[in-house]
Amino acid sequence: MSIQVQNISKSYNKIKAVENITFDVNDGELFGLIGPDGAGKTTIFRILTTLLLANEGSATVAGFDVITHLKEIRNSVGYMPGKFSLYQDLTVEENLDFFATIFGTTIEENYDLIKDIYVQIEPFKTRRAGALSGGMKQKLALCCALIHKPKVLFLDEPTTGVDPVSRKEFWIMLKRLQKKGITILVSTPYMDEASLCDRIALIQKGKILKIDSPENIINNYEKIIYDVQAKNTHGLIHDLKNYPNQYSVFAFGEFIHYIDKKADFNPNDLHDYLKNKNHTDIVIKPAIITIEDVFMDL
Amino acid sequence: MDKEKIISVQNLTKQFGNFTAVKGISFDVYKGEIFGFLGANGAGKTTAMKMLIGISNPTSGEANVAGFDVHTQAEMVKKSIGYMSQKFSMYDDLTIKENITFFGGIYGLSRIQIKQKIAQLVEELQLQDVVNNLVGSLPLGWKQKLSFSVALLHEPKIVFLDEPTGGVDPITRRQFWEMIYTQAYKGTTIFVTTHYMDEAEYCDRVSIMVDGAIEALDSPKNLKEQFKVDSMNDVFLKLARNIE
Repeated sequence: MSIQVQNISKSYNKIKAVENITFDVNDGELFGLIGPDGAGKTTIFRILTTLLLANEGSATVAGFDVITHLKEIRNSVGYMPGKFSLYQDLTVEENLDFFATIFGTTIEENYDLIKDIYVQIEPFKTRRAGALSGGMKQKLALCCALIHKPKVLFLDEPTTGVDPVSRKEFWIMLKRLQKKGITILVSTPYMDEASLCDRIALIQKGKILKIDSPENIINNYEKIIYDVQAKNTHGLIHDLKNYPNQYSVFAFGEFIHYIDKKADFNPNDLHDYLKNKNHTDIVIKPAIITIEDVFMDL
Repeated sequence: MDKEKIISVQNLTKQFGNFTAVKGISFDVYKGEIFGFLGANGAGKTTAMKMLIGISNPTSGEANVAGFDVHTQAEMVKKSIGYMSQKFSMYDDLTIKENITFFGGIYGLSRIQIKQKIAQLVEELQLQDVVNNLVGSLPLGWKQKLSFSVALLHEPKIVFLDEPTGGVDPITRRQFWEMIYTQAYKGTTIFVTTHYMDEAEYCDRVSIMVDGAIEALDSPKNLKEQFKVDSMNDVFLKLARNIE
């Protein structure tokens, strides 16, 4: 087991940041903490990387206790914080060299591990980190977190504010690192990234709501969701919300996801209702359930 | 009847030294439209937006926003628009009421108008219990909704939203978009950037910037047909990849 967390709680003054959190991450697993801002994700990262003490509970990382063996943990993990934390006025190469030296290694020694990522920023190796674009900063930060060949990699919201193309590329890099045997704990507010993890914990307001593989979470969802579409989306949301027995109405891309309270719900009745409300081009069909649907219903 | 143009941009260009961040973009936005302004990081969105809100002078080209020229009437542009920054920019150590009063004052509202606005926002956003709390103590989702309402205090014709929903939970994100729809329905033009491609589907029309130029501009439906894909995410990936 690479990470073991048992009944961890942490409060700041009176605010409970995380409450009684328990989960395990297996060796070589890509595990996601999925939840919005303020859910407690960063607090968990800081506790596991020995930067913060929990009020209650215990945790081990790479077999070491976070309180008694913090130095061993710091040598065996890589941590990429949510906020860009490299030296802005050092160049790309200087930053990487700095982190390698701190951990008593060299860029050459572990070059294999970072090669795929580093080649993309190597053309800019004499540029100051502060002058890099968002995507390049992110790649440099990942290289710096990897340069001492960590057993466990902690990535706190590595893709927040990053465009869809760079996000996709970043996840391809993560999968490659996983194949090299590195255990990865990653957090994200993007629900679509959840499906790329082996297992995920859905977390909100300091509590874990569910832990499972993305497939199981979706397959175990019991309600039937319908895609509803009509020409006037704004009016459609309004009218669906006023439909008797509506359970939930949420916009999902080009469709509205509609759930009804009744087991014997008949889509044709809804179709007639919308037609009476002067909607045109009405489409009602069963929807493909996503992690985001499950999350919103927890 | 012709649709009323509220933003009209022609060959708008911005150079920094010998780097051209925005390469002669042209487009129109119509009254009451929800216009999605998309692009990869570093594609030039923020630079373009800064020119449209009158805080960055174009190197060349023309832009007319709410009837004013961004070259010669930048101050009038600023008065006619609302702007919500991707970074929360209200005062954390003022209360909700104090923030509304402050921004109302900045936008030139009278005391009576400010009072009415506070009452209206408290009612609409259900802030009864927290109106005298410090803004810093509010959850992110509330802050975003409040920022949006504050950007609308002076009833601008257009509101510019720069990644308004980053990091917000899925339910709040959708409530936020319902606020956007409601506002557009009242005739306010919405100019919005986002990295959530499902949100791109909520826009009437979407432009996608790649490398300083607008590579595509149409309704989400037409863009999907044009690129023969099922989602805006795929449109985006296809466009950005083709350039590489």
